[in-house]
Amino acid sequence: MSDLHPKDELITHLPALRAFALSLTRNRASADDMMQDTVLKAWTNMDKFTPGTNMRAWLFTILRNNFYTSRRKLNREVADVDNAFSDRLSVKPDHDGRLQMMDFKHAFAQLPDEQREALILVGANGFTYEDAGEMCGVATGTMKSRVNRGRARLTELLKLDADAPLELTDAVTLGVIGSPGVAAR
Amino acid sequence: MARAEEQKTARIAEYIDENLKKVFSDLARDDMPDQITDLLSVLRAQDEDQRGRK
Repeated sequence: MSDLHPKDELITHLPALRAFALSLTRNRASADDMMQDTVLKAWTNMDKFTPGTNMRAWLFTILRNNFYTSRRKLNREVADVDNAFSDRLSVKPDHDGRLQMMDFKHAFAQLPDEQREALILVGANGFTYEDAGEMCGVATGTMKSRVNRGRARLTELLKLDADAPLELTDAVTLGVIGSPGVAAR
Repeated sequence: MARAEEQKTARIAEYIDENLKKVFSDLARDDMPDQITDLLSVLRAQDEDQRGRK
């Protein structure tokens, strides 16, 4: 549990919230709008947040609900995707690593919304299948299935072969992420 | 045989997750949009205003 006042704690989650918004929308303008709505809702409904629970999970839930409501309103399955997602290359010293990351981002951006969301929550943020399922309003088994299908599709798109050398991300980068309950930076 | 397949799947899953973490941390370093910092200033000012009235 954070010792910060909830509104001060909210600020510490903004970088992660923005990353989540960009991952879902793949469009900078939409991500900004989603984030603005989320911050406004969270700030004005802070009395509904239960201290001691995971604020990042709460914020992510508000944002993803906004996203799917807006998608339904627009009655559109295919989002307007700009280069907000794929143009941000990781700062990696070796050229091959940069290209691999570019390929990875392009492949990831092609996944359906539900699979991208599942992989970001479970794979990148370390939420349990149970918590991620709760955040998305689906059963734990459904969340597990979305993660598995997302990984399988990425394996196919990137032609990953476990027998070949697979480059892993360095420990410094992993340290930036932190745990679900901790600010991303 | 099944065990070897499981190990391969687990290795690929680990690779994917490490890259997802990297993608996410890259995105989290994106500059905070002005509209969010402006919104926070307004919300804080409103809170101050409400506290002042009490």
